[in-house]
Amino acid sequence: MDWMQIIAALALVMFIVVLFPRTRHMIKNSPKGTSSDWMSFVIPIAAVVLFIMLLIKLV
Amino acid sequence: MNQNLSTVSQRSPSAIATNKVLRNTYMLLSLTLLFSGFTAAISMMMNMPPMTYLISVIGAMVIAMFVLPRFANSPAGIGIVFLITGLLGFGLGPILTMYASLPNGGNIITLSFVGTGAIFMGLSAYVLTTRKDFSFLGGFLMVGFLLVLLAALANIFLQIPAMSLMISAVVIMIMSGFILHDTSRIIHGGETNYVLATIGLYMTIFNIFISLLQILGIMGNDD
Repeated sequence: MDWMQIIAALALVMFIVVLFPRTRHMIKNSPKGTSSDWMSFVIPIAAVVLFIMLLIKLV
Repeated sequence: MNQNLSTVSQRSPSAIATNKVLRNTYMLLSLTLLFSGFTAAISMMMNMPPMTYLISVIGAMVIAMFVLPRFANSPAGIGIVFLITGLLGFGLGPILTMYASLPNGGNIITLSFVGTGAIFMGLSAYVLTTRKDFSFLGGFLMVGFLLVLLAALANIFLQIPAMSLMISAVVIMIMSGFILHDTSRIIHGGETNYVLATIGLYMTIFNIFISLLQILGIMGNDD
């Protein structure tokens, strides 16, 4: 394992530690979505997945 | 009629303020993307080593997490946004040089660039036309992002190519979710600071571009 991997691992640990309290705060304070809200999220994400599959075909 | 006029006059200031935040965000985002392209070109011309990417990303993330929030409400915040995006662009240089040296490299870079633009514009247009509120996604996306960071940390030690491909695919989906969430926050008045809004959207674009490069680089390589 070289020093770049060690630095990358340490940086990731730092980001996780910094983001963890923010994540907990967002979980507590985010409003709950209805099934129709989740559908309005799933449809564009599915479109993104299909689009990436198209890009893979093109490359 | 009077009631309608009164309603319009009551809503206008907040609608105008929201449009102003959105307009300023897109303007600053365009300028920072151009600036990143410029610093990436400089980095490519200087033939920077691959470690530049790691150092630039860590430097930019540290500035974004610890310095930018203190200056977000002052004009210095705009300078810091250019510093962060310039650093990220500079770090991108060696990555682009590496992909450009692949047999199909030019095609991979072009498709990643076009794909990132299309995903960003498509999702932004979706939120701006439907005006749906995606604030419910906040916790879900943050948990997803933390899990991706944990998986990326594990893969530094495991070195599994399939896992790296899967992480890139999940990053694109999470960043797409963040585009919906952040744009919705701007249009519903949840984000009133265009400096912070810009850096949030810039990070999503940067991550989608890097992940698309990786996916198309792996899938487009016959070896």
